[in-house]
Amino acid sequence: MKKIATLVGATVAIMATAGAHANTLETVKNRGAVQCGVSDGLPGFSATDSSGRWQGIDADVCRAVAAAVFGDAEKVNFVSLTATERFTALQSGEIDILSRNTTWTLTRDASLGLNFTGVNYYDGQGFLVSKDLGVDTAKELDGASVCIQSGTTTELNLADYFRVNGMSYEPVLYDTSDQTVGGFEAGRCDVLTSDQSQLYALRIQLSDPDSAVVLPEVISKEPLGPVVRQGDDAWFNVVKWSLYAMINAEEMGITTANAEEMKSSNDPGIQRFLGVSGNMGELLGVSNDWAFNISKQVGNYGEVFERTVGTGSPLNISRGLNALWSDGGLQYAPPVR
Amino acid sequence: MSEFVPKPARPAPITEIGAIGWARKNLFSSIPNTVITLLTAYVLWSVLVPFLGWAFVNADWVGSSRADCTSGGACWVFISVRFNLFMYGFYPEDSYWRPNLAFILLIGFLIWLSIPRIPFKKLGAILALTVYPVLAYVLLYGGFGLEVIPTHRWGGLMLTLVLALIGIVVAIPIGVVLALGRRSEMPVIRMVCVIFIEFWRGVPLITILFMASVMLPLFFVGGTDADKLMRALIGIVMFQSAYMAEVVRGGLQALSKGQFEGADALGLSYWQKMFLVVLPQAMKIMIPGIVNTLISLFKDTSLIVIIGLLDILGMVRQALADPAWLGYPAEGYLFVAFMFWIFCFSMSRYSIYLENKLNTGHKR
Repeated sequence: MKKIATLVGATVAIMATAGAHANTLETVKNRGAVQCGVSDGLPGFSATDSSGRWQGIDADVCRAVAAAVFGDAEKVNFVSLTATERFTALQSGEIDILSRNTTWTLTRDASLGLNFTGVNYYDGQGFLVSKDLGVDTAKELDGASVCIQSGTTTELNLADYFRVNGMSYEPVLYDTSDQTVGGFEAGRCDVLTSDQSQLYALRIQLSDPDSAVVLPEVISKEPLGPVVRQGDDAWFNVVKWSLYAMINAEEMGITTANAEEMKSSNDPGIQRFLGVSGNMGELLGVSNDWAFNISKQVGNYGEVFERTVGTGSPLNISRGLNALWSDGGLQYAPPVR
Repeated sequence: MSEFVPKPARPAPITEIGAIGWARKNLFSSIPNTVITLLTAYVLWSVLVPFLGWAFVNADWVGSSRADCTSGGACWVFISVRFNLFMYGFYPEDSYWRPNLAFILLIGFLIWLSIPRIPFKKLGAILALTVYPVLAYVLLYGGFGLEVIPTHRWGGLMLTLVLALIGIVVAIPIGVVLALGRRSEMPVIRMVCVIFIEFWRGVPLITILFMASVMLPLFFVGGTDADKLMRALIGIVMFQSAYMAEVVRGGLQALSKGQFEGADALGLSYWQKMFLVVLPQAMKIMIPGIVNTLISLFKDTSLIVIIGLLDILGMVRQALADPAWLGYPAEGYLFVAFMFWIFCFSMSRYSIYLENKLNTGHKR
């Protein structure tokens, strides 16, 4: 299996160099829409609502790119992809952006002919415990029974964490997330472990969501971000700066509601950003009001976060690592100047 | 002397007729049978009653959001809110009439061809195999003035039916040709057919779909971008025709040698022999096998979920990830199971009807 994976990886890399010099930005403009690869359903990241519209923090990254390129956030064709075919779909040109909760790792960045453009969600493995257990930190979990979804890196991370901290645990394995949450609810285990963003989604499925809490510890690094083909720097820049524009907008306090009036702000930084002065958009190969369109139509990073996974959504995930750097988080964007 | 009037026959004892008699004969005829009956009744009672309570009595049927599901039973609102998505996928709402019309025409053709009393069967068959596919393609995909709706917006039950129908209709003729080829006396043709059949039968469908969706596009880099649905369809057709070929071969081998020799003795050519003597008889024997393959193909179409095409099962799994509706997997999967059951069961009943109709005493 590993050999096959390597072989596929190598083939992908070779093919990637062959098709690398295509001008994606030009192709996208001619097509009139961004082809965006999303997941086949992950709550809060990319999932369809009951009217069939793709919602989620990953889907909104693609909308931001469409807003920058076309001035219309709706010019996106969403393509639902499974985990195995996501990289091929990007390599073969079926999609222009892969925005599918993909963890940024060295192997992927260096060997697949891909470039990660940034991080739109800092995820990490965490623990969900029942409130009755009276546990405040993962360090107190010695001897606990842990529900895990089998065959994931989650299992390995968990083993590492308990070994490093000199604690023992008893694994209870399940195949799907529905079964895992069922096992936790039935009291088969004290703790449920998964990526934190998942834990919040699983928590809603409990009959009494308030009876369980997510512990503060994060035991692995899972930076998730949009991916583009390597070797097309113009397109790489557009996608990268669309994400940065959302983060910068939050920092400058520009929202969907006030984007219009912010245009008359005296702050030269905001003027540059919204395209009132300067030619920032031209440098990227898009119109100068690109960042205004993103802020107006999609919203700033904070708005998108709260709407899709944060307090405005059923998931109710706190900002945590995903807060702005000025609020103690990791979200930091280079300045637009 | 009075005339002899026979007394009316006495009714059979109550223990022998009616419901009681039936129950005594079939359910309580001996001690072991009585025990089994009671046990079965108990199991049915303890499973069915809670299930019916959950699915019907305590269920919520109307509403528009999660908040309308309050009675603790099944939340069918989850299905009704997304019913259109489950049926048509991301097909634009103002164009729903197009798949609807295509489906109604399909039903019309099926009725025309399957009910014996309706005349002009030959004309119907020719229209169904020539005009209808073109018409359905234009209706679903677009062209000739209709807006083009790219296949990545297709989904739900509509996609399931498209895959299954094309798979079935294309696989049968290819299968017949392959089976004849495998029994051919010409070595090259026989070799080609054997290799084709054994290759496609030797790999799992899931692998073929993966190859079609993951490996194939790599060879198209920078140029033609073959449609994802088309790639999956080609894979399914290849796979099914190999299976169909073996079913047909089974039917051919069940015919006695005398039929072949008789046809030869009459001086019929190879094709006359096949189409006038062999295949009409073999087809009758093959009906259960063919329908079996068709039903399994119909269910196999849901494997396309793994390449990101959203058929009805895919749409339901997709819906389960909506943050506003987390936690209703049972309702979703039951709905899918019910939809699949409707189609598979009707196919199975039609096959039994056909078998009985065509039975000319060849069954042993």
